[in-house]
Amino acid sequence: MTTTANRPVLLTNARLLDPVTGREQRGGVLVSEGVIRDFGSHLVAGSVTEAEEQDCSGALLVPGLVDLRAFIGEPGEEYRETLRSASHAAAAGGVTTVIAQPNTSPVIDDPAVVDFVLRRARDTSLVHIRVAAALTKGCRGQEMSEIGLLQAAGAVAVTDGDRPVTNAQVMRRALTYARVFDMPVIHHVEDPNLVGEGVMNEGEFATRLGLPGIPRAAETIMLERDMRLVQLTGGRYHAAMVSCRESLDVVRRAKQAGLPITAGVSINHLTLNEMDIGGYRTFLKLSPPLRGEEDRLAMVEAVAEGLIDVIVSDHNPQDVETKRLTFAECAPGAIGLETMLSAGLRLVEAGHISLPRLLEAMSEAPAKLVGLETGRMAKGAPADLIALDPDYPWVVEAAALKSRCKNTPFDEARLSGKVMMTMVAGRIVHSYR
Amino acid sequence: MTAPSLFVFPHRHLLGIEGLSRPDIEGLLDLAEEAVEVSRQVEKKKSSLRGRTQINLFFENSTRTQASFELAGKRLGADVMNMSVANSSVKKGETLIDTAMTLNAMRPDIIIVRHHAAGAVHLLARKVDCSVVNAGDGAHEHPTQALLDALTIRRNKGRIEGLTVAICGDIAHSRVARSNIICLQQLGARVRLCAPPTLMPAGVEHYGVEVFTDMKRALEGADIVMMLRLQRERMNGSYVPSVQEYFHFYGLDREKLAYAKPDALVMHPGPMNRGVEIASDVADGAQSLIREQVEMGVAIRMAVLEALARRLPNG
Repeated sequence: MTTTANRPVLLTNARLLDPVTGREQRGGVLVSEGVIRDFGSHLVAGSVTEAEEQDCSGALLVPGLVDLRAFIGEPGEEYRETLRSASHAAAAGGVTTVIAQPNTSPVIDDPAVVDFVLRRARDTSLVHIRVAAALTKGCRGQEMSEIGLLQAAGAVAVTDGDRPVTNAQVMRRALTYARVFDMPVIHHVEDPNLVGEGVMNEGEFATRLGLPGIPRAAETIMLERDMRLVQLTGGRYHAAMVSCRESLDVVRRAKQAGLPITAGVSINHLTLNEMDIGGYRTFLKLSPPLRGEEDRLAMVEAVAEGLIDVIVSDHNPQDVETKRLTFAECAPGAIGLETMLSAGLRLVEAGHISLPRLLEAMSEAPAKLVGLETGRMAKGAPADLIALDPDYPWVVEAAALKSRCKNTPFDEARLSGKVMMTMVAGRIVHSYR
Repeated sequence: MTAPSLFVFPHRHLLGIEGLSRPDIEGLLDLAEEAVEVSRQVEKKKSSLRGRTQINLFFENSTRTQASFELAGKRLGADVMNMSVANSSVKKGETLIDTAMTLNAMRPDIIIVRHHAAGAVHLLARKVDCSVVNAGDGAHEHPTQALLDALTIRRNKGRIEGLTVAICGDIAHSRVARSNIICLQQLGARVRLCAPPTLMPAGVEHYGVEVFTDMKRALEGADIVMMLRLQRERMNGSYVPSVQEYFHFYGLDREKLAYAKPDALVMHPGPMNRGVEIASDVADGAQSLIREQVEMGVAIRMAVLEALARRLPNG
């Protein structure tokens, strides 16, 4: 479904914004054969005679988002999410490329499974689906997967998804070996022993709720270990999500030392904190857990200054069977593909992050990290574009979201900013209204 | 006998001490005083819950608390049904909401719930139409225990305001501690906590309590020493090295008790691990209120049931 439209399309009457340069101009974009051919103020209605015209009604026209971290249930857990349903959620949220995580059933640790997912996505998905394959066989953290063959089959990164690699020797070898293929190793930084029985951030609030806590050190210790291993191996490394202030010091030191590392944060950790758990709201049980407000603010600042490179949705569909339980027993995770951008705009509205930086952390930065051409407003770049009305007010209704699961932490939240049109490879796959 | 109190409890459920005002708590304590008198008569029956159905839904084994709630209900004339699902082969969490819906369809008036997970009782309360009493949810709250402790203290000391209460033991995993901290502070007591650091929950100082790791210092000048049970699975190396070491530093014996006021009183929510958190001679000694706590348990549960029943439709 992501085939290229034959006739050129001219998107007009838009505010073009390049997230990388921050440059904004009125004008249009000319698209053909899935590629941005031209853009600028000279492209107005009627300027390209053979093109089919699309009026953007003055909306912002920006590169589509690239989500480095989304869990999709296909294959094996289609009741949670299929590639198709995830792609509908993504298209509605302005995400034009989704990096599927390997924690499926079977695990994406075999070139044939990568191939299956990519073929299946080609047949059913509205947006680009790319695969982050397993770093270790079965994501069990014991034996390295076939990193080279997985890459040859189309995987763009290796990770064990939501599972940390506890064994430092395994991590060391994987980082060393992945260098041959320049494959980024993405890691969920959490020490499972320190997490223990913990289900939320350790501290006063967990104590009041009578819930076992997860110390911030569970993340920081793992991150520090990884930095040492990167120093030892020189492997390309990305911390999937950091959540606490202390981790930022680790990232900063590593970057200052010139290590080839990057870091991400989830939209949830930028916009919510542990207090939002309130009376045991299971949709706010996440991994890593939501932290304190001071941590959230530190994360926002780190994104603004570029210390944190990318923002992910950490989209993780869980149905009533896994969420309608007590807080300690329910599965962690929240959906996020459809609300990521709107939630992020809260930070822009609050003046904490500039709009170009927010967009860059959700498009160009993650694309570059996994070697994709998308996420840029440039001639010859893939025509993955979204039209955004940054002020459009709407109220999140869980039932109306396109994901198969409705575990959104933003249910009934008032958000500003809506994706009016999503274009993938030159084809409009979503329009609002 | 004094005239029956006209106290009106302003909540539909009793899910925790948090959220109760001082008049709420004192009203329940006053009502419980009447229940003590009823329980000490030959004719122990009242009729305030006649025709009402009370279900004791226990996802976690507890002979004592369940018996206490059962007696309380029966003394007030309710039909009491015990449902123990602790040993059910069905995965516990999955059955919680289904069980709640099923029981709700049987139209009970009050459900008493104990569950091993914090927040489980809140979850259940949202799914049923009747009143719900929390009989302990994970490490969160155990409100009737705190109320019965307050009643026991008030009857023996004549007041709670201004007393120094030292709560000692496994604070981290204790719902009794959490409910008691809130309850005692609400009633004007000074609360001290004492535990080995591995059993002290993070951020507990935000409750406005004094935190100790040295038990002798914690007990200095205390009016009440409240001991907590140490669960067996925490004894051997995971949180404390051994029973011997725990008892040596944190078990209440005569020597440590001597640091408290001479008229200090000793409490324990039961069941006790003699020789682990408390020495037998202290548990059975003249300063011990442990058996009286059990009696007050029935009284306070009668008071809670009665207070909630007054708010029931056609109540």
